[in-house]
Amino acid sequence: MTSKLAQKIDIYALTWRLPIIVWQMFFFVGPVIFMIAMSFFLVKNYRMTEAFEFVNWSKMMSKSYFWDSYFYTILIASASTTLAMCLAFPAAFALAFKANETARRWAIFLLIIPFFTSYLVRTFSWFVILSEKGVVNAFLSYLGLGPYTMLNTNFGTLVGYMTLTLPLVVILQTITMANIDKTLIEAARNLGCKPFATIWRVIIPLSKTGLIVAAIFCFILSFGDFVAPFYLGGSQEPTLPILILDTTKSGQQWPRAAVVAIFMMATLFTVAFTGIAVAYRKKTSK
Amino acid sequence: MKSNRTLNFTLSVYVLLVFVFVFAPIFFSVIFSFNSQRFPTIPLGNFSTEWYVKILNDPDIWQAALNSLIVSSSTAVIATILGFCTAYSDYRYNFKFKGPYLALILLPPTIPLIIMALAMLAWLSKIGMSGQLWSIILAHSVLCAPFAMAVIRLRLNQMDPDLESAAWNLGGTEWATMRHVIIPFCKPSIISALCLSAAVSFDEFAVSWFVSGLNKTLPVMILEIVQGNIDPQVNAIGSFVFLISMTLVILAQVFFLSRQMKGT
Repeated sequence: MTSKLAQKIDIYALTWRLPIIVWQMFFFVGPVIFMIAMSFFLVKNYRMTEAFEFVNWSKMMSKSYFWDSYFYTILIASASTTLAMCLAFPAAFALAFKANETARRWAIFLLIIPFFTSYLVRTFSWFVILSEKGVVNAFLSYLGLGPYTMLNTNFGTLVGYMTLTLPLVVILQTITMANIDKTLIEAARNLGCKPFATIWRVIIPLSKTGLIVAAIFCFILSFGDFVAPFYLGGSQEPTLPILILDTTKSGQQWPRAAVVAIFMMATLFTVAFTGIAVAYRKKTSK
Repeated sequence: MKSNRTLNFTLSVYVLLVFVFVFAPIFFSVIFSFNSQRFPTIPLGNFSTEWYVKILNDPDIWQAALNSLIVSSSTAVIATILGFCTAYSDYRYNFKFKGPYLALILLPPTIPLIIMALAMLAWLSKIGMSGQLWSIILAHSVLCAPFAMAVIRLRLNQMDPDLESAAWNLGGTEWATMRHVIIPFCKPSIISALCLSAAVSFDEFAVSWFVSGLNKTLPVMILEIVQGNIDPQVNAIGSFVFLISMTLVILAQVFFLSRQMKGT
C-alpha cells in the first residue's frame, strides 16, 4: 500500500521535475559540453574531424590579435559598465526616493518594454541617427557645431551598449534602492548627514548587493554583445564576440571559435563569482 | 528648500532624458519608416508609405514573417510548459541537487548569445538537427524557458500554501488539484509567460542566424540587409517588429500585474 502510494507520488513529482532535465541535457548541457570538446578537434580541408589535440588552443594563445581583442573587450565592457552604472544612478535615485509608488511602477513598466524589444533594430536606428548626416549632426549644425564622426568609434560602441543595458540597470538600481528602509535615511539626515554623504555612506552601502548584481549583468551583456561594436563601432578593434563571428562564419574554424567562447565564459564566471563574493562579504561584515 | 526644489526639478529632467535616450531609437525608426528620403535626416522629407509597399510586395519578407510567427509561437508553448513544470517542482518539492536543478534552467540567459549560437550550431549539426526551422525552436526554448519559469514562479509564491492541501483533504487527487486549483490560479501568469517568451523568441537574432540555415526569420533578415548599407526598408520591417514585440511585452506585463491585484 505504502509502496504503491510512494510510486504514485513519484510519478506525479517526476512529471513536473523531469521535462526540464531531459530538455536541457539535450539542448543546453549537450551543446555546451560539445563546444568544449570541439575546441580540441582538428580542421582538415575545411572539414572538422574529432580528435584530442591542443593545436587550436596553442594557435589562439600565440596570436597577438587574440590578446589585443581580449583586453580591448574587457576594457570596453568595463567602460560600458561604469558608464551605465553612473548614468543610471541619478535616474534610479529619483525614481526610488522622489517619485511616488505609481510613477515608479509606470517607469519600470515602460523600461521593461525596450529591454525585451528588438535590440538589433534599435541599434540600426542609432546607426541612422548618429551618422554624418544623421539627426544628431543635423541638430548640432543648427547650433553651428559639428559635424562629428560618431559612428565607427568607441563612442558609437558605447551608445549601443547603453541601448542594451541602460533600461535593465535603471530597473535593477531602482528596485534595490526603493527597498531600502527609508527610516535609516531619515535618521542619517536627522543626525546631520549632508545629502551627498547620505548617498555615499548610507544609500550605496545599503544597496550594495543589488548594485553589484546590476553591474554584473551589465558587464555580461556588454562583454557578449557583437551588434554594438560591429555596427556602431565599425569593428575597427574586433571584440571577442566579433572574433567568434568571423572565425565561425567566414573561416569555418569552429574549433578556434570554441576556444574564444570558452575563454569568454571563463572570464564571465570569474567576474560574476568575484562580484557576488564581494557583494555578500561586505554585507555580512557590517 | 529652494535648492531642494531645483534638485528635484533637475532630477525629473534627468529621468526624462534617460527615457528619451531609451525610446529615441524606437521613435525615429517609426518616423523614418514613413519618410520618403532614401537617407533619413532632419529636415524630414515627405510622408510616404513607399517602404511599406515595398516590403509588402516582397515574398521573402512574407516568408520570413511566417517563419518568425511559427518559431515564436512554438517556442512560447514549449518554453511555457517547461517553465511551468520547473516552477511547480521548485514551489512544491525539496529534493537533492535542487541548486544545480534550478541552475539548469536559469543559466542560459547569463551566457552570451553568440556563445549559445556557436554551441547550438555545432551540437545541432553533430546530431543532424541544424538548418531547419525547428532547430531555432529547440534552441529558443532553452533561452526562453527561464523567463517563463520566473513569471510563473512569482505567481506561485502568492498561492496560499494550504490551498493545495485543502483540495487534497476534500478528496481531490494530485492530478485533479493540479487541473482544478493550481492551473486556474496560475492562468494569468501562464498567459504572461507565453507572451514574454514569444517576444524574446521573436526578437532573437544571433542563435537564429547561426542555426537556421536558409530559413530566415525577420530579425535574421534585418541582420543581413543592414550589413554595410542603409536601406530604409529596414525601418519599415523594424517598425513592424517593434509593434509585435512591444505588444507582446505589454500584454505579458498586463497579465502579470493583473494577478497581483486579484492575488493579494
